[in-house]
Amino acid sequence: MPTSTMPAPECLLSVEGVCKRFGGLAALEDVTLSVNEGEIFGLIGPNGAGKTTLFNCMTGLYSVTSGAVRLAGEAVQNRKPHEVVKRGFARTFQNIRLFANMTALENVMVGRHVRSHATVIGAILRCRRTREEETAIRARAHELMEYVGLGHKVRALAGHLAYGEQRRLEIARALATNPKLLALDEPVAGMNPAERQQMADLFRRLREDGRTLLLIEHDVKLVMGLCDRVAVLDYGRKIAEGAPAEVRKDPAVIAAYLGGAT
Amino acid sequence: MDIFTQQLINGLVVGSVYALVALGYTMVYGILELINFAHGEVTMIGAMVALMVIGALLGVAPDMPGLMVFAGGLLVAVPACMALGFAIEKIAYRPLRHAPRLAPLITAIGVSIVLQNLAMLIWGRQYISFPPLLPQGRHEFLGAHVTDTQIIIFVTALIVMAGLWLLVERTRLGRAMRATAQSREVAQLMGVNVDRVIAATFIIGSGLAALAGVLVSAYYGLAHYYMGFMLGLKAFSAAVLGGIGNIAGAMLGGLLLGVIEALGAGYIGDLTGGFLGSHYQDVFAFFVLILVLVLRPSGLLGERVANRA
Amino acid sequence: MAWLRARPRLALLLLAALLIALPFLVGAGLGRSWVRVLDFVLIYALLAIGLNIVVGYAGLLDLGYIAFYALGAYLYAWLASPHFGLHLPFWAVLPLGAALAGLFGVLLGAPTLRLRGDYLAIVTLGFGEIIRIFMNNLNAPFNLTNGPQGMNLIDPVSVGGLAFEGQRQFLGLTVTGLHLYYYLFLAFTLLAIGVAMRLQDSRIGRAWAALREDEVAAAAMGINTRNVKLLAFAMGAMFGGLAGGLFAAFQGFISPESFNLWESILVLCMIVLGGMGNIPGVILGAVLLTVIPEALRYLGDLQRATLGHVAVDPSDLRMLLFGLSLVAMMLWRPAGLWPSRQRKREFASEDEHADLYDARA
Repeated sequence: MPTSTMPAPECLLSVEGVCKRFGGLAALEDVTLSVNEGEIFGLIGPNGAGKTTLFNCMTGLYSVTSGAVRLAGEAVQNRKPHEVVKRGFARTFQNIRLFANMTALENVMVGRHVRSHATVIGAILRCRRTREEETAIRARAHELMEYVGLGHKVRALAGHLAYGEQRRLEIARALATNPKLLALDEPVAGMNPAERQQMADLFRRLREDGRTLLLIEHDVKLVMGLCDRVAVLDYGRKIAEGAPAEVRKDPAVIAAYLGGAT
Repeated sequence: MDIFTQQLINGLVVGSVYALVALGYTMVYGILELINFAHGEVTMIGAMVALMVIGALLGVAPDMPGLMVFAGGLLVAVPACMALGFAIEKIAYRPLRHAPRLAPLITAIGVSIVLQNLAMLIWGRQYISFPPLLPQGRHEFLGAHVTDTQIIIFVTALIVMAGLWLLVERTRLGRAMRATAQSREVAQLMGVNVDRVIAATFIIGSGLAALAGVLVSAYYGLAHYYMGFMLGLKAFSAAVLGGIGNIAGAMLGGLLLGVIEALGAGYIGDLTGGFLGSHYQDVFAFFVLILVLVLRPSGLLGERVANRA
Repeated sequence: MAWLRARPRLALLLLAALLIALPFLVGAGLGRSWVRVLDFVLIYALLAIGLNIVVGYAGLLDLGYIAFYALGAYLYAWLASPHFGLHLPFWAVLPLGAALAGLFGVLLGAPTLRLRGDYLAIVTLGFGEIIRIFMNNLNAPFNLTNGPQGMNLIDPVSVGGLAFEGQRQFLGLTVTGLHLYYYLFLAFTLLAIGVAMRLQDSRIGRAWAALREDEVAAAAMGINTRNVKLLAFAMGAMFGGLAGGLFAAFQGFISPESFNLWESILVLCMIVLGGMGNIPGVILGAVLLTVIPEALRYLGDLQRATLGHVAVDPSDLRMLLFGLSLVAMMLWRPAGLWPSRQRKREFASEDEHADLYDARA
């Protein structure tokens, strides 16, 4: 999708010079990138390039050693995970982390936690506002289950869903937090081509509905076909950023993926 | 008499016993990430078994030298507790290795209750006195008294700890234990028999606990079916203080806690203007535990364990 | 049963009638001492419902729960006995006791809740002992707790001039203080059940469940795990404090011995045995573990009749049996006798699906 003909895109997420060290080991060095409103942004790189580390730095699981992460202009680095979510940054996990013994619907309902307000007193008295909120939570959760194509599975235990369904459920749960930015950590890992295609369709639908997606992927082909812009990490540094067609031709990227020297 | 030096010495002696018990907690935690609640009771069983043997020996041969009788008690108590530790792991913990976290914790409490109440049924509710078998000589040292018993306890504990250190650092089993503590899965893939390593850990830890139980009841001249509970709680605090999972940390933490407690008990009256007396001694370990958890959850020598879910 | 299930209103009515008549039925059938047992069943049910919020809902192992019970009881004794010459009415003291216990819950929980669950277990265990040590020793320099002797002459509950003591005739029935306490405790227990069930089925209950399942994922879904844990901890503590106040008024006498570690373990046993997270199971646990030791007393009588003396004191066997049952339950029936549907699945699915996650991780 050519962005040059559109009005200047609004920057939603900007990562500014983020460094992360574990002891003496530098996992991320001076990573800078920005994700624009309404696009699908791909973050790719060979194994161990620091993709998930960057992800954890952005979502509050890790603190950053230096640098800043801004979501819609507000600094979110070094905040607790739940504060990052509250500011509109939801994520999924590379190795699915659902609440396996709650039903699929309950999982999504948990996602509404941050957008609902019932207090202990409200819950105990079950006043009208609490009841209405509860009804709204339930309705929204049903809606999101339908959206990701799991409308028939609301009562199933999350842990009993098929693998691909669990991936979708994680996305529905993340969507329930009303994110400005939805970040997906290797969402098609371990899927067959048909399932991948379905997921790609879901991502496009999300973009059409105005969502911004940050995609960490291993599967270069999927990323190149789907993303508006791409950044490539290698050994904790960003080696390229731009439209997929340009990045694909970048010699540094080719070298990183082929394992050769530049 | 110099109260400070005296309390320091007393603290080091008791602390060396805490260290022995703390080692059992820390080794098991390092490998299984389980607080073995029953560990304190193993020390109590050790003391009780030793007392039984000692009583029998004194009945048969009243003229036997005290140290030999004492050694006889140890020689039965330590292997008995090793067997007990092995059995506990096999029956109560191994089947639950993949269960939700709460399950083995609850089982551990169950085992602890069972051991304590069995001991009460077998040996009764009353305090049992431990005969003065160890030499009782007293020496002047830097303005304080040191007894032969104290020296024997301290030196024995140090020797055993040095032995453990060599075992962990220098032997095949020790290497396997360290590997398993790093990652059970990887160790398994590298050909380590993880089940055997875990069993060995329980056996060694229980042996140390038995020794500690015998030493501590020889020191105070008393044994009681309830003694394992406080000793266990304190030793656990010592392990956390040193950094749980860290063997040197357990040793350091044990000694340090013993000293803190002794000095605290010696000075609490002065510190609080007589408001609190030395019967609050048992409270110190707990405050140390809380303070460490608040200020430095990784302990003195440990890596970060907080939030390692 | 099916006939009743189809008529829930009638079933409820029958249950209510049974609960109202129960102390008189028990008193007539088994003797007045069993009415007392019935009262204790309700106190323990209240405690178990409270601890269940902490352990069953939020998955936090609290081993010093009885300390909160002790706080509630001592506060009641301070404010309604000749000890300080204060005689406040029970409806004023009980909420204070619950609040004090809740406050201590927060103070204790705050430093430990960011750590792994097993640390919480050991810290609460220590806390329980510490509270007991203080109660035992705070008779000097000024007499706060009266030490090991405990405090007595605590005011009984009295409602509108009707003190819950002595006995009186009513509709041809002899109504004693034991009966009146039964109804009071029943009211509080029903209230607690309502509160616990509503909390479980709310935004907060879901947050607790999520926390129990996967703390990292819960945080990533925007749940402030620390606050939610503290909330569970404080809620549980408040129930403990409330039960403690009721206990003090009911007994008229308290001493540190009533609040030792075994009481904590006993309440934990109730919820583990009955079924963690499930209110009916928890109540079943409270009933069984209060009634069984009483029934065990007959074992002593039996020994006296057959052997001429008591060879094994049944009260010594009690804790042994509880310990064994804890181990046995975890090994063979980890979800309890009456599990919630969810817990059952949880324990059952753990093994089946572990490999699935490992393979895909």
